[in-house]
Amino acid sequence: MSVRLLLKDGEMTAILSGEIDHHSAREIRGEVDEAASKVKPKRLTLDFSGVQFMDSSGIGLVMGRCKLMQMWGGSVRIANLNPKIEKIVSLAGLNQLCTIVKDVNDHEAYE
Amino acid sequence: MIMKPTNEMTVSFLSCSANESFGRAAVAAFAAQLDPTIDELSDIKTAVSEAVTNCIVHAYRDTIGVIYITCKLYENGQISIRIRDKGCGIEDVEKAMQPLFTTSDSEERAGLGFAVMESFMDTLRVTSKPGKGTSVTMHKTIKRRQAEKNT
Repeated sequence: MSVRLLLKDGEMTAILSGEIDHHSAREIRGEVDEAASKVKPKRLTLDFSGVQFMDSSGIGLVMGRCKLMQMWGGSVRIANLNPKIEKIVSLAGLNQLCTIVKDVNDHEAYE
Repeated sequence: MIMKPTNEMTVSFLSCSANESFGRAAVAAFAAQLDPTIDELSDIKTAVSEAVTNCIVHAYRDTIGVIYITCKLYENGQISIRIRDKGCGIEDVEKAMQPLFTTSDSEERAGLGFAVMESFMDTLRVTSKPGKGTSVTMHKTIKRRQAEKNT
């Protein structure tokens, strides 16, 4: 599991790769929160393009980051979900909590 | 009629979170004998990951215990997976199985574990005794592929 953080124009993107479960989610949470709490970006994009596996721990991860970003009025986007991740994301109804985009350059949300 | 399994395996491991990936990978490697599609295998891995995580986060909260997984394969392409712990048990199984119910807010659990198991597998049965442990049994039938039918 690895996280790569990019910062551009007050927006933060976390490029996630590997497998997201309860074990690895802790690590991701730590890295993202540390940077986001310092920078307080307007928007955080979680990019799932490199994620091969995700269980409901990934849902908890997104929900927790939404809560964090709300503390300073920021928003969360999730991008590049493969069909397997999409299945669990729609089961959880995450579209009610954050914006789901096809890729990080997509400005139009599909909801 | 009770079917006899054609193959069976059991693994046991400690409830360290680092073993979550081991648990699902072990079941997936065994299930591969049924020639599942990548999607079917992914469903199985996700369901196992949820059950194993429940053992770690809930059953053995603040302790380390042993998680037991038994898998059986059947001639009709069915796999049964039983994931068992000797942890704290669940007082009210029905309540615990409700989507979004969680007793573990601090860990950022979404409360979706059982909902995911239920929707990714064909059947799900949960039995639990407070103070004794919990057992989760799931089934999935792997569809025969076209190529196999023709031969």
